[in-house]
Amino acid sequence: MTGNTVTGAESLILSLEHAGAEVVFGLPGGAILPAYDPLMDAKKLRHILVRHEQGAGHAASGYAHATGKVGVAIATSGPGATNLITAIADAQMDSIPMVVITGQVGSSFIGTDAFQEADIVGMTMPVTKHNFLVSDADEIPMTIKKAFHIASTGRPGVVLVDITKDAQQAQTTFEWPEEVGLLGYRLPPRPHPKRLREAVELMLTARRPVFLLGGGVLRGRATKEVRELVDESAIPFVTTLMARGALPDSHPGHLGMPGMHGSVSAVSALQRADLIIAIGARFDDRVTGRLDSFAPGAKIIHADVDPAEISKNREADVPIVGEAAEVAVGMLKELRAALEEDDPRDYEAWWSVLENLRETYPLGWTQTADGYTAPQKVISRISAISGPDSIYASGVGQHQMWSAQFIDFENPYTWLNSGGLGTMGYSVPAAMGAKVGRPDMPVWAIDGDGCFQMTNQELATCVINEIPIKVAIINNSSLGMVRQWQNLFYNQRYSHTDLNTGHGTRRIPDFVKMADAYGCAGLRCERDEDIDDTIRAAMEINDRPVVIDFTVSADAMVWPMVPAGVSNDEIQIAKGMTPEWEREI
Amino acid sequence: MTVTVNPENAHTLSVLVEDRPGVLARVSALFSRRGYNISSLAVGPTEYPSISRITVVVNVDQQPLEQITKQLNKLVNVIKIIQLDPRQSVSREIVLIKVKADNDSRTSILEIMQMFRAKVVDAAPDAVTIEATGTADKIAALLGMLEPFGIREIVKSGAVAIGRGGKSMTDRALKGL
Repeated sequence: MTGNTVTGAESLILSLEHAGAEVVFGLPGGAILPAYDPLMDAKKLRHILVRHEQGAGHAASGYAHATGKVGVAIATSGPGATNLITAIADAQMDSIPMVVITGQVGSSFIGTDAFQEADIVGMTMPVTKHNFLVSDADEIPMTIKKAFHIASTGRPGVVLVDITKDAQQAQTTFEWPEEVGLLGYRLPPRPHPKRLREAVELMLTARRPVFLLGGGVLRGRATKEVRELVDESAIPFVTTLMARGALPDSHPGHLGMPGMHGSVSAVSALQRADLIIAIGARFDDRVTGRLDSFAPGAKIIHADVDPAEISKNREADVPIVGEAAEVAVGMLKELRAALEEDDPRDYEAWWSVLENLRETYPLGWTQTADGYTAPQKVISRISAISGPDSIYASGVGQHQMWSAQFIDFENPYTWLNSGGLGTMGYSVPAAMGAKVGRPDMPVWAIDGDGCFQMTNQELATCVINEIPIKVAIINNSSLGMVRQWQNLFYNQRYSHTDLNTGHGTRRIPDFVKMADAYGCAGLRCERDEDIDDTIRAAMEINDRPVVIDFTVSADAMVWPMVPAGVSNDEIQIAKGMTPEWEREI
Repeated sequence: MTVTVNPENAHTLSVLVEDRPGVLARVSALFSRRGYNISSLAVGPTEYPSISRITVVVNVDQQPLEQITKQLNKLVNVIKIIQLDPRQSVSREIVLIKVKADNDSRTSILEIMQMFRAKVVDAAPDAVTIEATGTADKIAALLGMLEPFGIREIVKSGAVAIGRGGKSMTDRALKGL
């Protein structure tokens, strides 16, 4: 395509289409108005009008997670752009490929504190992979090409493109560039064969090895390759919060999720391992607990697409830089070659320890003292009834941890949550974005009563645009995770965590009435015996979003738990209860 | 006020960057965001019009230095980073010093300046302004000698540094791109 005379705004829309964008989530305003005019006639680009820019950002993120495509959000300058920052930081922390377009005031106004001016490029520098300010219409196609390339390659991330109003209005010619032309940006190297051999040698001679699979397995679209490697190696594995579903929970080698609220088997496997093979995991503090006591006897093979993650927190013995899929394929090849020569593996004692731990300390919950529904039960039943061919997006807090624990994940890209930033309010807009990308699958927002009140305005977007998500509010009438910490560490002084939405309160707001006001189906479930029927009723409604108010006990807590800043050896399976470690090896 | 630098931990990084608006902000913000202090920073053009070179002196241990280098490498506008070995490179700072000087002290000051091969760039009845270049050590020594006369004002650049020998960092960085 060459040389059509267009406006900068038209060039932007054409560029987005050429970059492969099919959906953009956004909200117009003064400085992006020129772009919204040709957007109205765009043939290949569907625009979904959100009610708050943060919703656009999380929706683009949810869409990207569920589809593997680059998510796109668009907003105006100033407050439109600043409203996106939380969603940008969120997506960047979880390595989501996303391109964000913002309008900027006219270039002659920049720096004058003009109406709705904000230095969004400056503000988002630390929370984006890269960002651009475009004030020349001729640069729009190349900048969009670069933005999509940077967002989607290597370690994925967020790229923001800020375009001045005059650049959108100017006359230019549209030509989609062939080459990206980025001097300082290189694609990740292929994994070094010597390193792969060293890794396999360690794997064969280790007695207590474990795979630590992180979100990079999903972001690298490497689930098939990693599965083959895990199967061939006969080494057990754990899936981090970001990797839930990367390999099926039902896989016999799966030990659960590690970390602050991980299973005893997963946490203990890492603590007692003599070898950890990390793929696409970044040894986050929520996984390692106190770093100096994390996995004290383990050598570390650390494979990551981002060299800066390797040896950042825990020194790696074998660092491997490369794409997760290429690492897995390379390791598998080396492993098979080595096994043809000789098979020195002896993991038998290790497996028996792990199986014992898995049997002795399964995930579970106890009856609540107040007799109200246990929130874990609700989540567990949603998983059982809606099944593994559904997408689950959670907010942040107790319900997030219970979802990670009690939903049975059998498929990749079915678990969306805000892992790194921990953004309350992520769930509803992320579920909306996922549903747009995967209309064929039931999409659940498992939300908290606190989280839901942060972004529920997107229910309007869902109703108007026929995006029938299902929202399960796990309503414990409080900021539950904060309350849990107040219970455990602040002498049960519940400072400002009561939300008055549940049992025995005035229910401000009444979530069922709220659902009704938005044109959603609203259901309430207050008793254990109604859980299954309510979920089934929600499964039947597919012409509009459903909001279920599951009013549950406020006293339920997330167990197991490794309190912040202590060793993973201090894992508690219930308040004050640590597992017995008599079966040490 | 001088920054105390443990010479063991002072590392000089040469960073080639695309000459784009905001690139200096990206580099310096990265240091502060990751919690590292910059001892000095100097930026200027190179023999290629679209490429600038930043010389950063940072005072950290080896492990965080690796982390800084890796994080800098991730910046899209950063083309190449090398750590300059003090034995294999030349490093210079420039300083302008305004010293109190009257008819009694002026000669002594000029003698000290000669030892350091410094120049007078301005003179007044009650002061002289001195220009000196050299390594951080040399400049610190000169300042120590001038201190008793009364230093009125100091302005100092960050270090600029270049590798010894015939090889060019820029040529090597741009080869194959």
